[in-house]
Amino acid sequence: MTIVDPEKVVVDPNVVNITINDKPVLARKGEVIIAAADRTDDFIPRFCYHPRMSSVGMCRQCLVEVETPRGPMMVVSCMTPVAEGQIVRTATDTVKKAQEGVLELLLANHPLDCPVCDKGGECPLQDQAFSHGPGESRFVEEKRHYEKPIAISDIVYLDRERCILCDRCTRFADEVAGDPLISFTSRGNDTQVLTFPEEPFSSYFSGNTVQICPVGALTAKPYRFKARPWDLNETETTCTSCSVGCRIVVQSSRDELVRYQGVDIDPVNWGWLCDRGRYNFESVNSTERLTTPLIKSDAGLVPSSWSVALESAARIIRHALTNGADSVAILGGARGTNEDAFAWAMLADELKINQRDSQLGDGLTPEIFNLAQATIDETCAASTIILLAPDLKEELPVLYLRIRDAAQKRNSRIIEFSSHDSGLTPYAWRSVAFEPGHQAQTVRETLETQEMKEQIARGEVVVVLGRANLAENEAFTLHALGELLHAIPNAKILPVLRRGNVRGAVAVGLTPQQNSGDAIDILTKAAAGKINCLILLGANPLADVADSILVKQALSQIKSVISIDTFVTSANENADVVFPAAAFAEKKGTTTNLEGRVSNVSQQITPRGTSRPDWMIAAELGLSLGIDLGVSSLDELHKKMISAIPGFSSCDNQSAIQSDGVLMVHEASATISRGSKVLVDRNSYSYRLIVSRTMYDAAQSTITSNSLVGIITESTIYVHPLDLARIGVVDGTNIRVGVDEINIVLPVRAHNGINRGTAWLPYNHTNVDIRPLLNIAADVIDVRIEQIK
Amino acid sequence: MSRLTEKNLVLAKEIIARYPRQKSALIPLLHLAQEQTGFISREAMVHLGELVGVTSAEVYGTASFYEMFRFEPIGKYLINICGTMSCALMGAEELMHHAEKRLGVKAGGTTQDGMFTLAHAECQAACTEAPCLQVNYRYRLRVTSADLDNLIDDLQDGKLNDEIPAHGVLSKVRQVIPADRAVGAVAPELVTESPVWLNGKAAL
Ligand code: SF4
Ligand code: SF4
Ligand code: FES
Ligand code: FES
Repeated sequence: MTIVDPEKVVVDPNVVNITINDKPVLARKGEVIIAAADRTDDFIPRFCYHPRMSSVGMCRQCLVEVETPRGPMMVVSCMTPVAEGQIVRTATDTVKKAQEGVLELLLANHPLDCPVCDKGGECPLQDQAFSHGPGESRFVEEKRHYEKPIAISDIVYLDRERCILCDRCTRFADEVAGDPLISFTSRGNDTQVLTFPEEPFSSYFSGNTVQICPVGALTAKPYRFKARPWDLNETETTCTSCSVGCRIVVQSSRDELVRYQGVDIDPVNWGWLCDRGRYNFESVNSTERLTTPLIKSDAGLVPSSWSVALESAARIIRHALTNGADSVAILGGARGTNEDAFAWAMLADELKINQRDSQLGDGLTPEIFNLAQATIDETCAASTIILLAPDLKEELPVLYLRIRDAAQKRNSRIIEFSSHDSGLTPYAWRSVAFEPGHQAQTVRETLETQEMKEQIARGEVVVVLGRANLAENEAFTLHALGELLHAIPNAKILPVLRRGNVRGAVAVGLTPQQNSGDAIDILTKAAAGKINCLILLGANPLADVADSILVKQALSQIKSVISIDTFVTSANENADVVFPAAAFAEKKGTTTNLEGRVSNVSQQITPRGTSRPDWMIAAELGLSLGIDLGVSSLDELHKKMISAIPGFSSCDNQSAIQSDGVLMVHEASATISRGSKVLVDRNSYSYRLIVSRTMYDAAQSTITSNSLVGIITESTIYVHPLDLARIGVVDGTNIRVGVDEINIVLPVRAHNGINRGTAWLPYNHTNVDIRPLLNIAADVIDVRIEQIK
Repeated sequence: MSRLTEKNLVLAKEIIARYPRQKSALIPLLHLAQEQTGFISREAMVHLGELVGVTSAEVYGTASFYEMFRFEPIGKYLINICGTMSCALMGAEELMHHAEKRLGVKAGGTTQDGMFTLAHAECQAACTEAPCLQVNYRYRLRVTSADLDNLIDDLQDGKLNDEIPAHGVLSKVRQVIPADRAVGAVAPELVTESPVWLNGKAAL
């Protein structure tokens, strides 16, 4: 028997004891009654309450009774905080009558067009009218009418008749996304959600409002009238469209993907998704998907069988290897699963191919993974978050939401170092601008100031580190990092590299081996005719590598190209063999997000045509080359991977991998030192280029998604308004942008977020190809911008 | 284009400076915009959003809550005839009919020349003086049909220019708060001391 000394019992000051329907409940200080009740079996009906947003008490559906000295009192449980000894009753006759009354009023103007409403079957209003409603209405008058759904953006439709004015969508847009482009308008019976007249709800996060709308008022074009909830099959998985790795459920009907919905997990996405990740499932369904292997013939690429294709690929590789393993190279692999990448790394090991890179010249050295790492949660809990990264709103959207939340609602302060304003600039405590190439100096000088020193001293510091500018040598970012780490040796790093599974691909070895060169070196060698065979794992260097002149030169010199892809692209249309790859949701495995979190991706639909997962193609190709990788199932491969790769040794916990994920084992072993790259100054007539990605660029998965393709904008160059005046043209005029002998013509626009003397050129947009300007060997790129006379 | 004029922009900045948070100035700014054009145009809302740092949608959401902000051009004089109980009993309906006939527009309409907009109104809190109406929110009490005719004549002849400014102008004398007199409320997050009535010195 243990004797507890009452003196020593530690009472947690944050625990509050209440009872709900006579059962004791432990609540957290400060939480509202409904949140505590959600951990019990007693369900309190609700429409406006959302655990990830502030309570507003809009709908009054969550009425409960709380005992007071003067008897029971009716309160809204989503606005009333718990208190010690509080007695809550959620199902007394009075409560039931009140809840029924509220529901009757909510339904008074509701059209009840459930049979033609997408929400029918999964509708909180329908469900709670059934469980907590009066069953019939006394309202016999004409209901309020509005024009049936109006498009409030390219993706979202609004049916105001169905809206119950819960303020979830408008609250989300304002509070979570920071895009208050929808608002309650008018008053009383006329109150309605609207955008500003003729201005769309163009938020990168608009799909979340559709997901959290408790009725069918908001619907999204890609899913409208596609399926009924009871016909859906679903599986939980991880989005791999970018390296944030949001948890989602993938839903299908008749073996077609129809919808992705966000899943709320604490460490990553809190239930939110970005619109690109949510809607690019249309690309998986695309009729342009590759369904059979293709091989080169005189008539171009022609369909072939797997055995023939594997044989010819094997022949090509064998032939190339006769000139030594250094005449073969592998690019890509960051878009598949860990297991896909691992199988290809094993095959490459067997064939002694050291030239491999899953980053395509737009990332950073993998050494950054060996610095002290921070998770997303640790980043958002840090006192100081230093941004030395691309615009997170554009590239890693849900990470943007998390960091915005940290700065807006928690105690973090953002110090941003950037060449132009980003989505987080409005929330930064200090935003320090630098001209491309000068970041190391800017960082050094900034951190020497007293206010910075004081801020840094306040607590944990996390550096969000990535490659912001594609028209700038990687070394500049690393030198700036060197300065940061010199000044703040304890700072941790949250590496934010592009592409869904880049971290996993690097971990398993799809990264330069034995000191061989990176993607750019490989392409440079290829351009010099030194590579005979190039294997592309879902990569399209023509789109992904900034320097198109180099890539074209390389592709023209390489004798044979073998491509594993889901589509025919500009890079593989002249390949020798193209294998059709199974896409996301067509294969199982695990993926690793930017913080090194490993979680599962699962299969929901049958791969299109005869396409197969990349790992299987590696195994089969191995067999054709006389190499047995020793994997006949995904399970086997996964086990092999976690025993071979030390970083993944934590990954045998299947249940964790299938929910919140497991963090990779990691050891901080690298150091990044200060550097001194000398930069030639810009001459005052030219503009220094900033090239970066935006959310809707001409990425393969975006151009093959019907609902997204229309949102992609045309290539445009942006300069400061005063520079526009200096160039002497009006906003939107076509101008000439040139470097040496190369000129392109495209529209120019004024942008207040661009510094004078620099120009921002979003990468990979339509109409004009900007890549000829981007000489990857240059440290920075200075362009002329001239009127067309 | 009906963004704020240079002159009004100066006023707008002065108004914004009175508040600890820029967006608190939105309602007075909306009045300023309405004064400039008689109604609040789309461009004006965009401009105000830029000035106080909110989206146009938020400006529109706020503005559309209030009945007195108009989003379409209306007459120089807005005639609101009360139709609630007391006025109804005292002949408001006949008055409205008369007004409709005289102006040649239905309630809710604006005359061709852009001079008058006629509208129904709810109780204007002058029930003892029923029936009543307001012209640009200036009262006329115990109004007969003849009074109404005279009123319209006088407005047309410009005889009331001194008393009743065009729709949108709140008052003839603009509120001026010299900078040195402005109280300059402190932003809530900057308040460090508790108010005097809470500091515990005085017995309450
Ligand atoms: S549209 Fe939906 S989420 Fe938005 S207020 Fe209406 S019911 Fe709520
Ligand atoms: S932020 Fe990235 S991981 Fe999340 S939904 Fe968007 S694309 Fe997918
Ligand atoms: S859920 Fe509490 S008022 Fe809506
Ligand atoms: S009823 Fe007309 S003023 Fe009150």
